[in-house]
Amino acid sequence: MVKALKRYLNTFLLFELLKGLAVTGRHLFARKFTVQYPEERTPISPRFRGLHALRRYPNGEERCIACKLCEAVCPAAAITIESAMRADGTRRTTRYDIDLFKCIYCGFCEESCPVDSIVETNIFEFHFESRGEHVIHKEQLLAIGDKYEKQLAADRATDAKYR
Amino acid sequence: MIKFLLGVWNWFPGWSQIALIDLGKIVLILVPLLLSVAYLTYAERKIIGYMQVRLGPNRVGPKGWLQPIADAFKLLFKEIIVPTKASRFLFVFAPILAFAPALAAWAVIPFTDKLWLANIDAGLLYILALTSMGVYGVIIAGWASNSKYAFLGSLRSAAQIVAYEIAMGFALVGVLMAAGSLNLREIVLHQQGGVHQWYIWPLFPLFLVYLISGVAETNRAPFDVAEGESEIVAGFHVEYSGMAFAIFFLAEYANMILIAALCSVMFLGGWLSPFEMLPAKLLAVPVIGTVLGNGIHWLLLKISAVLFCFLWFRATFPRYRYDQIMRLGWKVFIPVTLVWIGVMGGAMFLTPWGFIFH
Repeated sequence: MVKALKRYLNTFLLFELLKGLAVTGRHLFARKFTVQYPEERTPISPRFRGLHALRRYPNGEERCIACKLCEAVCPAAAITIESAMRADGTRRTTRYDIDLFKCIYCGFCEESCPVDSIVETNIFEFHFESRGEHVIHKEQLLAIGDKYEKQLAADRATDAKYR
Repeated sequence: MIKFLLGVWNWFPGWSQIALIDLGKIVLILVPLLLSVAYLTYAERKIIGYMQVRLGPNRVGPKGWLQPIADAFKLLFKEIIVPTKASRFLFVFAPILAFAPALAAWAVIPFTDKLWLANIDAGLLYILALTSMGVYGVIIAGWASNSKYAFLGSLRSAAQIVAYEIAMGFALVGVLMAAGSLNLREIVLHQQGGVHQWYIWPLFPLFLVYLISGVAETNRAPFDVAEGESEIVAGFHVEYSGMAFAIFFLAEYANMILIAALCSVMFLGGWLSPFEMLPAKLLAVPVIGTVLGNGIHWLLLKISAVLFCFLWFRATFPRYRYDQIMRLGWKVFIPVTLVWIGVMGGAMFLTPWGFIFH
């Protein structure tokens, strides 16, 4: 009886609704979490998997030996490699294409690479302006690698002790 | 110059002078009203954003102040698509029917002791008649769209309005009994004497019923089953686009402001200051006296406070299920209002405590 009466009283005084309003009312004055993206950025992990790059050795020689492990492991079949013998007798790629529309940014190519050649940078803001640009070629990949080599080396060094 | 203007003015015949003055007053009411409708949408997005611990629109113009203008421009330039086999005339007519009553009802709202468009004795009846007109816009929109979702939305809205209109009417009967007048200005003047004289105290249950039915009447969350974007896409306005959609949008917000204004006039003392009981000497001080004294600023403040509650409810409560809405309307609100009207009537005519309700 008392319980039922209490329930009625609570219902008619809108007790629970007021509790709900108090919660949202408190949050009105809470500190806001929004990150104002182009001006502010969230920190990026050294393990971030973004746009791809091909790295070189410090002496300028490209690392990739055209073993095609990345092509084989790629779950989205985004990588296409053709290889040939270079004048000095080493095996090198003649074609290294990544279809960025197919790519799912899983990082398996990077994991599989025996010479740490193909890597994923922390660049996530890239776009294409005409049809066909989504397939990036060897020269572009190497250029990205050259441009961001410092960052790439630093990220790999930070992560090395956990691998 | 002034003489010349006066001469031009006097050149108009008397009847057209009255018409022109009224036209000017209408413009004076509607332009700020439409502007506040636009900025109410901005306030809503901002306040709900803050309650959800985010910032809300802040990119268009300084602090996002131009956002409503940008939205309006976007909608202006979009195509109005009329679905095949839709009833063309009604399809275009429905938004107008939803919007016009929300504006027309402002005719009888008293802004201050001397400022109003029409001071008619049946003001309350006029308000009731016009606020119930608004739902025809929703029903016709749903029917004319030739879409199942829209039709479901309009049916829900019709049932909801029927249920809540009655409770709302009874809540207003309480005000009518307390004030003894249907004239909105008289109703406000009966609440003179400071915050403790406002009708919100003796008529508190009716105030709550009126506020909640007002939320239901304007199809706002948590009573927005007519739209119910997660159930029936967007309800009655699924098929609307461009300016036709924008007018529904404006109608909803204009209705919100109207309900808030009526709430302020009937329960919160309209333009009356809550500090009327202060000594007359203090109220005669130049600036403080104007701020603390009666005036339109108190009405605007009260309207804003009620509107804030509307937005607060939307940020807080999940949508009612359809049957819960019906239960709340028929089995809770109507009995509560009837009982309180009975209590009031009994107190006023059978006991000496009738002064509580005056």
